[in-house]
Order: sequence, then structure tokens, then C-alpha cells
Amino acid sequence: MTDAKQLYQEVILDHNRKPRNYGKLADATHRSEGLNPLCGDHIWLNLKVSGDLIESVAFEGQSCAICKASASMMTANVKGKSIAAVEQLVEEFRGMATGTLDVANEPNHLGRLTVFAGVKDLPSRVKCAVLPWHTLHAAVQSQSVVSTEGDNDPVAQSA
Amino acid sequence: MTAANALKTAAPTSTFDVERYRADFPILANVHPHGKPLIYLDNGASSQMPQQVIDRLVRYQTHEHANIHRGVHTLSETATRAYEHARKQVQHFLNAKEDREIVFTSNVTDSINLVAHGFGRAFVGEGDEVIITHLEHHANIVPWQMLCEEKGAKLKVVPIDDSGALILEAYEKLFSPRTKLVSVTHVSNALGTINPVKEMIEIAHRHGVPIMIDGAQAVQHMPVDVQALDCDFYAFTGHKVFGPTGIGVLYGKAEWLNKMKPFRGGGDMILSVTFEKTTYNAIPFKFEAGTPPIAQAIALGEAVEYVQRIGLDRIAAHEHDLLTYATERLQAIDGVRIYGTAQQKAAVVSFYVNDVHPHDVGTLLNEEGVAVRTGHHCAQPVMQRFGIPATARASFAFYNKFEEVDALAAAIRKVQKLFA
Repeated sequence: MTDAKQLYQEVILDHNRKPRNYGKLADATHRSEGLNPLCGDHIWLNLKVSGDLIESVAFEGQSCAICKASASMMTANVKGKSIAAVEQLVEEFRGMATGTLDVANEPNHLGRLTVFAGVKDLPSRVKCAVLPWHTLHAAVQSQSVVSTEGDNDPVAQSA
Repeated sequence: MTAANALKTAAPTSTFDVERYRADFPILANVHPHGKPLIYLDNGASSQMPQQVIDRLVRYQTHEHANIHRGVHTLSETATRAYEHARKQVQHFLNAKEDREIVFTSNVTDSINLVAHGFGRAFVGEGDEVIITHLEHHANIVPWQMLCEEKGAKLKVVPIDDSGALILEAYEKLFSPRTKLVSVTHVSNALGTINPVKEMIEIAHRHGVPIMIDGAQAVQHMPVDVQALDCDFYAFTGHKVFGPTGIGVLYGKAEWLNKMKPFRGGGDMILSVTFEKTTYNAIPFKFEAGTPPIAQAIALGEAVEYVQRIGLDRIAAHEHDLLTYATERLQAIDGVRIYGTAQQKAAVVSFYVNDVHPHDVGTLLNEEGVAVRTGHHCAQPVMQRFGIPATARASFAFYNKFEEVDALAAAIRKVQKLFA
């Protein structure tokens, strides 16, 4: 069992206070909106994709600390990566948050993002952490709006 | 804090023996979230069950269970008697005139849907109007929207002021010759506002319009007398009044229930069936198709007797002290804002901690053993009215004590410190 305060104290509070890549992109090629209707987390993601590379990325919105920090660290992490690499990260992040990927013992590319591993012990908060990643997946797939409910429910998918 | 402030927020002395009643609730002593004593302040979502009600459930399942209203054998007769006795207990609880005015449903949502179908299908047509309020839970919005969409009718909404109180003058102005029904919550689940339902019922009747009251957040906090209120329908749910889940109640005046269409078709709600014609049973059975939640109904009967033994006036007085104390304690914390400041309130405190999302507040309060609800409380229009996505909500029951308010305040300060 992770201590929730432990989870908050690490990097997350810092990113919540000073989110990286916060705002809009004037020259965005892909845009997507992510919504968690249960708690009201609501973010917008802008991407500039050039060829196969994510050249720049920005997010904005209203959300809890876990969602905002997840979005902030995600944007810092995926900048300059290929779409294929990013899709791989989306899968791994979802696996970590829902407990199907054991980041301590299984190979992965998550690096510092493993500070979110503790959310798997807070079932009501898994969706908060995963929302930015769903939104990123939707943006590269050119879907405009995603929700944490229905087909994209990370908890239902892991069940 | 100044000495005067400290004095002002000292816990009131009370003659209500809260420890005596807490001893009835095993879960309060048995559960230790994160190793801390459970401070259960989520009674608005669901209340806990006293041993007396648990024992009644167990006694029914170990000695009395069979299907009701059909078998000629001993067990079926015992179960039928117990189920119908529960109906009388609920009749007494609400002071309904007759026991046939009590329909068992599965929850308030089900009760409202029953009226939306049974009354709405029979009496609401194209161009007609239904009045609800800005304070409603989604359960008292969506069934009426669905009805209005189907019938081409119009939904009208009573506005609220900045304190979260309904604006009565605006309510009266919403009536027209096309108004067919009013449905209003007795107590707001999100803000705690107690609505002036007595006046609202009088106003509706002055316009010749029947009115339904959603009592989901009311019957556990204060005495309710449906004859004194003179409402046409009243609904409440078992699990918020110290009974089980899966059982709800719809009170309806017999004259209306008789005129309404059945909601669900099936067994038990019929007198005779041929392929040409079905004759419906009398009320309340007309609305209780299929095998009902028998054990839950019987346990609910025990639960409403349990609160009546304590006394709803005494419960209301203790909870009023809790509300006053909690309001003072939370208002004394810089950066905490309380939403819902109406003059008449049940013991519900909806609050927002500056710069901390309510979900983060809820997760971190849980670390201290404090259980609150966070989110939009299934009342998104209320949240929109105040321009916030969500709040944290502490909702009290008679088994809560002043020390638990202190623990809540201390836990909120810890959250602020973490986010500072």
C-alpha cells in the first residue's frame, strides 16, 4: 500500500505548482480534449507533429494535482519522440497505473514517470493520472474528444 | 486565534448521548482506514447500519424467508406478514393516512422514475410543463427531461440565490395553466439547503398542481409528516436512513396512485391475465411487479423504527449543533470556502480548499481516516451555478461527534500544509 502523501510529496506537487509546457500552441497540427466526467478533470492538449516526430506539445485545463502533474511530466517526456515510441509509452503508463505492468521488475521506458506507480493503490485516482495519456493517444490518432468513461475506461479495460 | 475566537469555536455541550448510539454501529469501531479511527462524514452518500437492523436482516434470512403474497405454506405467510408489517412501519414513519399509500421501490431514483412514467405518461402531454429546481440531484432532473423529450413537454427550473436557497418569488411565477407537476428536493444533497417545501406545496396546490418531494436527504435528519405537508408524492431511500441498499419508498396519495398507470409489468401487479386483457392489482401492488426486495424492506422497517426510538427531533437538534460547530471550525481556516450558506440547512458542509482540487483533498483526508465525498455530487447544475467543478462534502449523521469535526479541521490544515 502506497502512502498517498508519499505520492504527492515527490515530484507531483512540484509539477502541480509549476506545470511545464502549460498553454496553447499557435502552430498545433493535432488537438484533443480529455474529460473525466466523474471528477471534472478537463484538459486540452495541443501537438505539433512533423513527419513521425512530436516536435512540440502543450496542455491546459482544470484538474486535480495528480492529473496536472501527469500531464506536465508527460509533455516534458514526449517532446522529440516518435509517435510509435509515444504510443508505447501510453500503453506502459496505463499498465503501470492499473497494476498490470510491474515497473520495478518488468522492462519499460517510463523512467521518471514511475513516480506515478503508487496510483495503482488509489483506485479512485487511476483515471486522474491516465487522462492526459488517453488524450495524447487520441490526439495522435486525430480524435478530438476523449472521456475516461465508456470505451476508454482504464479501470474497466484492466478488469 | 484570539481567545474570543477560541471560545466561540469550543464544542457545544450537549445532552445527546452520542457514545450510547455509536455503540450500536459496529462498523464505526471495526474499521481503521490507514490505521486511524474511522471518521465517517459521507452519510449523504450512504449511512451505516446499526446492529438492530443487521440482526433483523439475519433473523429474516435464518427464520422467515420465502416468497411473499403467494405460497400457502407457513414460511410464505411469515414472510408476507413481515413484509406488510414493514409497510406499516414506513406508513407510521411518514404519518401516511393508509398503508396502501406506501409503495416499495428500489431507491429514490426508482421512485421518481415510477412517478415520471406512472403519472407522466397519464397526465403530461405536448406543450405541458413540469417544474423542478436548480438544486436537484440528477435523479430528479433526468427522468423529467426524458419525459419532456418524449412528450414534447417543457421543463422549468426554479433558480437559487448565492446562498443556495431557492428564490420562492421566481417559483410562483413559473406556474402556468400548462403546469402539470412540480418535483422538488426536500434537502439539497450538494449544499444542505432545506427547501421551504410546506410553502411550495401550498403554492402548487393553489395552482391546482400536484407536487412530489424528493426526501432522500431529509428523512434521516428531521421528522417528516406527509399529511401535515399535504404533498402528493414523497420518496426516500433505505440506505441513507440506516437501512440496506436496494430498497426505496414512494409515498403517494391513494387518489393519485389509483389514477396512475403501472410502471413495470409482471407478476404480483396483476389480478388476472389472459392474452386479450390484463386486469391490474390494487395499489400499492399495482406498482410492485415481480418479487420485491423482501429482506431489505423488512430491515428498512426496523431502521425507521430505530430512528423513531431515538427521536427525530433530538437527532435534528444534535445535528444542528454539529452543523453550527463544523461551519465555525471550517470558516476559521484561511483559504477554505463553504458553499451553501442558506438560513435553513441540514448537517451538510460542502467546501473548497483554495488551490487544491477536491479530489486531492478527499484522497489526503482519507489518509487521516476522514471519509468525505468529493466531486459534483450528481448535481452538476449546482456546481455550474457556483462556477466550480466539484467540492468536498462532509455530511453528518446523529452518530457523529464534535471531536470528529475537530479531526476534519485538523486534516484540512494538513492538506493545506502539504500544498503550501
